[in-house]
Amino acid sequence: MAIYLDHAASTPLLPEVLEAYAEALRTIGNPSSIHGHGQRAKQALEESRERLAAVVGCEPVEVIFTSGGTESINSAIKGLFWAARAADPVRSSVVIPGGEHHATADTVDWLVRAEGARRVEVPLDADGRILPDRLAAALDSGSGAGSVALTSAIWVNNEVGTIQPVAALAEVAAARSIPLHVDAVAALGHVPVDFARSGASAMSLSAHKIGGPVSIGALVLGRRSSLVPLLHGGGQQRSVRSGTQDVAGAVAFALAAEVATARLDDDVRRMGELRDRLVGGVRAAVDGSVMRGPAPGPERVTSNANITFAGCDGDSLLFALDMAGISVSTGSACTAGVPEVSHVLLDMGVPEDEARGALRFTLGPSTTQADIDAVLAALPAAVERARAAGHSSREPAMY
Amino acid sequence: MSGGVDSAVAAARAVEAGHDVVGVHLALSRMPGTLRTGSRGCCTIEDSMDAQRAANVIGIPYYVWDFSERFKLDVVDDFIAEYSAGRTPNPCMRCNERIKFAALLEKALSLGFDAVCTGHYATILTDADGNRELHRSAAWAKDQSYVLGVLTTEQLAHAMFPLGATPSKAEVRAEAAARGLAVAAKPDSHDICFISDGDTRGWLSDHVEHAPGSIVDRDGAVVGSHDGAVGFTVGQRRGLALGVPDAGGRPRFVLEVRPRTNEVVVGPREALALARISGERFSWAGLPPADPTTPFRCEVQIRAHADPVPAEAFVHTEGGRSELVVVPDAPLIGVSPGQTAVVYVGTRVLGQCTIDRTVSAVPATVG
Repeated sequence: MAIYLDHAASTPLLPEVLEAYAEALRTIGNPSSIHGHGQRAKQALEESRERLAAVVGCEPVEVIFTSGGTESINSAIKGLFWAARAADPVRSSVVIPGGEHHATADTVDWLVRAEGARRVEVPLDADGRILPDRLAAALDSGSGAGSVALTSAIWVNNEVGTIQPVAALAEVAAARSIPLHVDAVAALGHVPVDFARSGASAMSLSAHKIGGPVSIGALVLGRRSSLVPLLHGGGQQRSVRSGTQDVAGAVAFALAAEVATARLDDDVRRMGELRDRLVGGVRAAVDGSVMRGPAPGPERVTSNANITFAGCDGDSLLFALDMAGISVSTGSACTAGVPEVSHVLLDMGVPEDEARGALRFTLGPSTTQADIDAVLAALPAAVERARAAGHSSREPAMY
Repeated sequence: MSGGVDSAVAAARAVEAGHDVVGVHLALSRMPGTLRTGSRGCCTIEDSMDAQRAANVIGIPYYVWDFSERFKLDVVDDFIAEYSAGRTPNPCMRCNERIKFAALLEKALSLGFDAVCTGHYATILTDADGNRELHRSAAWAKDQSYVLGVLTTEQLAHAMFPLGATPSKAEVRAEAAARGLAVAAKPDSHDICFISDGDTRGWLSDHVEHAPGSIVDRDGAVVGSHDGAVGFTVGQRRGLALGVPDAGGRPRFVLEVRPRTNEVVVGPREALALARISGERFSWAGLPPADPTTPFRCEVQIRAHADPVPAEAFVHTEGGRSELVVVPDAPLIGVSPGQTAVVYVGTRVLGQCTIDRTVSAVPATVG
């Protein structure tokens, strides 16, 4: 039996979402067309926009459907940067915390290389928290808040599950009239997400992390915020995102968000019990295992357990568990399948040789106790093998 | 699985032979190129994706294992150090010795595998007593037993070369096509994988400190100058820019590179002839001769694509240090310290040494 504990990478499509998605795919017509087919498509699209807006606490006009989290984040960060700099050329700094998703960090690095932006980093604490006073200090550093184009922060860290104090961060930014973009991709379905209450200027979302399909996401852009678009063309969606709109994707996303939000409390509690069973079981069975990030509680999503195993490489562990039919992650993005040492753990101050041995277990609503028990049964032997293999950087004895 | 046709077919054959096979691609650089260019065929993301597609078609799991740190230390840095010391290394042999059949093999054994299977053209035979021997492949034109000559008995015990008995590369390509592998027509890789444009001297000048120095003859007389001794190879004639031949009107060749004095020694072609080569770093690929100190008949090969030549070899021990000595029947031309001399008996690879000492076949007064 294959066991899937990598829900932070992607979630199984919910059966009811698949059904609604397939049905909506049959819709004929471009929602921008004037005729009846177009109007019916438009109706399905706008109903979905309203439903999603209701779920995430924003106005329908603030929902910009995109192809997913990466596009949303790129649009927000580049677009807000360009708009701020166009209004005031002095605003050329971008302030982001350590440990952000690559979609954020690499976008900011691109702005540094291509647009002469300055990147200012807010150091994480040892549990991956973004502290509001550190954000304030970063915004006020250097040439001061007047030189900052925008700031961006992840709501829930996708690797270690830290829940960030978004409202407090937004307050710090708002006090300095600096737009805050929030990457809520790993937050939706795991914590209550309310855009209006968060105080953020923009927020990125993705459907496939909550039981929806890949290739549909949203940028929530506050009605008082404007940005320079990445994509130019037909002027759809406030001209923020030109391009024919994905009606079926929007239908599926809205439904997935409704389902995930309706059962949020239940899922959070259930996943929390399973996560505690996993973490407790690992601690009892494997010496030298350390859970990274905040202790279970209000500062950590219940679906995440990021555990380092001393003396081995995460990719060896991943391999050994995969051979036992268990899918987990080493946490971070890969290039050509090469796991990198987690930059999140490094930014939290975890020593590199410890960070190498990280595994990220992420649970979903469909995870069962039997799944957890199977992992606990397979893990000791996997760790033993991975420890025998050691770090790939060690000198082989076989010369 | 490099992403090339040979390792893909080797994997498919291993599966068919009943083995439980997992495809592994080695990440040897932290900054792989995106697309394959020129003659390289192993080190880009495109190659990794080719390997993964091949694994999918064969129906085996596929992983990328990162050995970039070890590759840098054991192969790239070694390559630089060898050239800096005036020697001519073979990085592919070093990779087989230290990465594929050491770091990779150890990790694989620890994770529960029994062997590393590659697409090398070489054969492993087992004698009546169960001892494993390394032999040339059936495809002589493609034979890669030379670059595997560094393998020890222990490493051979965990090596598999399913292509060894195939008479030609064309057959391997045809088989790949028949199996639906998209890499069937992919060009062969050659040159050094970490030198992306194939310009070894240019690469070395970027990675090794170099300063102008003298080109001297065998009597020490200065006959020219160079921009840096590193990168000259024994036997090289071009690129010396001496302008004139020697007194006897003969062209001059590099005889020796002396990094310590930053000198390049040149002389006539006949001065390249070597009567004897030897190396303290030697190994046996399988059982050694019963008494290796007694000279035995063999053939010696000093480059991947050189012809083997008849020779006599023996182990010489003096003052607690042993070396493998090879005395060719006819003088060898153009051998540089750092190269590997692989000793064959018939088709069998008996062993090898990294050449660290040479004895000229011609007295110095000739030059």
